[in-house]
Amino acid sequence: MDTIIEFKNVMKRFGEQTVLDGVTFAVERGEILAVVGPSGTGKSVTLKHIVGLLEPDAGEIVTVTPRIGYLFQSGALLAWLTVAENVALPLRETTDLSDAEIDRKVEAALASVELTGAAEKYPSEISGGMLKRAGLARAIVRDVDVVLYDEPTSGLDPVTSGKIHQLIVRLNRERGITSVLVTHDLPRALKIATRILLLKDGKAVVCLSPKEFVKSSEPEVKAFLAAMKGEVL
Amino acid sequence: MNALNEILSSVGRTGLVLVRALRYFPSVLCRSDARHDLLRQLYATGVRTLPVLTVVSFFTGMILALQVGLELRRFNQEIYLGAAVMLTLIREMAPFSCGICLAACVGSAIAAELGTMKVNDEIDALKVMGIPPARFLVAPRVLALVLMAPLLAFYCCILGTIGGGLVGNTQLGVDFSQYMTSAMSMAGEKDLFVGLLKALVFGLAIGVVSAKEGLDTSRGATGVGKATQRSVIVSFLSILVFGYMITRMCYR
Ligand SMILES: Nc1ncnc2c1ncn2[C@@H]1O[C@H](COP(=O)(O)OP(=O)(O)OP(=O)(O)O)[C@@H](O)[C@H]1O
Ligand SMILES: [Mg+2]
Repeated sequence: MDTIIEFKNVMKRFGEQTVLDGVTFAVERGEILAVVGPSGTGKSVTLKHIVGLLEPDAGEIVTVTPRIGYLFQSGALLAWLTVAENVALPLRETTDLSDAEIDRKVEAALASVELTGAAEKYPSEISGGMLKRAGLARAIVRDVDVVLYDEPTSGLDPVTSGKIHQLIVRLNRERGITSVLVTHDLPRALKIATRILLLKDGKAVVCLSPKEFVKSSEPEVKAFLAAMKGEVL
Repeated sequence: MNALNEILSSVGRTGLVLVRALRYFPSVLCRSDARHDLLRQLYATGVRTLPVLTVVSFFTGMILALQVGLELRRFNQEIYLGAAVMLTLIREMAPFSCGICLAACVGSAIAAELGTMKVNDEIDALKVMGIPPARFLVAPRVLALVLMAPLLAFYCCILGTIGGGLVGNTQLGVDFSQYMTSAMSMAGEKDLFVGLLKALVFGLAIGVVSAKEGLDTSRGATGVGKATQRSVIVSFLSILVFGYMITRMCYR
């Protein structure tokens, strides 16, 4: 298979606290890799290492492509720009495309996240789910090979969550975008992911297909599944 | 030892913000989008400062005229009132008052704005998109302060002189036109130049310090508040230290 991102024994410490303690895994081109694990185990830290926002203290990270989009948990839109201007920002600031070309791409990106109607609104005027979709439009407006999603559905109602998951799948199928999806929504992750990576205590415990994951005899996985069940019921 | 380390690394990071901001000054002037943003920042800088600065300038001039005028009257030298007020303003008080107002009105706002962006992952988002925050956020704000500070200091000097003249006229019986003649006779080009240079340096220091505090904001509810507070404190200290150093270098 064709590896697009690879972590080799990555260690990361913040002061006394070791967050990543030798994490090893690979992301294959075209897959949807769901990253799950208890809160505070370093899932967001892992994503930040992929794009170089954080540097590992030891180990190595290989990324084959620089074209990576990142959907932050809050959407992270700039408050003084409209949704359309926010989405246009990466094109305006880092490419020489003409205004017409930029407008066309922005429109297409907004259409793909069903936000055409909110193009002229400011971030403070739209809902949380719309913010995340706008953030996603901004992440995919450039030609990207990979999109990293940091909890794209946390704090959203089930219907909106479902829509966002459909969007992730559609981008994956139609544009071949490799996805790394950090989520707390295990049932949905099991449905759409090609593989599930369980992070716990700074280690990548297992990386298995959804079917293998639910049947795994690994005690850590069993414990995690049991805990998730408890949470759902 | 830890405190010393802390201070040194803080100074180092401030230096880094300064160098990066300076490096992107040309690109702020060259790119049309960035020029728009610069205009926005210039406008914001002026609008945020003018109301307070107007009051501060007027009162500074009035207080100066009263203090100096009462002493001059003892020696029957009221004719020098204009010169004394103008010189004090242009050399020291105008850049100083202007710096204080900028730190309180604009620096604090920059720290709060960048700090909020940091906490909301917006700074990280810019980095991921390949847009350096130093170019996109810091350079236009710092440049706006650098350009506006001398203008505002000049404004402060004029207004303060007028305020002093009014006090001289009403409280000390100094003729206004005589006051103005005296004011214009003494201050030289050097005084003007050094005064405006001071304001410019203050503007640069306030911008860089506030941007640094904003970008260094830590997460949590008090992060932005602390960053804002620190930006004002460090700006005040820089104004005093740089003010002394420039005076020491230019007048001996
Ligand atoms: N910049 C940082 N400086 C210091 N500590 C940090 C930093 N970023 C993360 N941490 C710490 O690293 C640990 C892992 O954080 P991370 O945000 O990756 O957790 P997470 O797995 O994403 O959790 P959640 O599901 O709650 O988002 C936390 O204990 C956090 O306090
Ligand atoms: Mg997280």
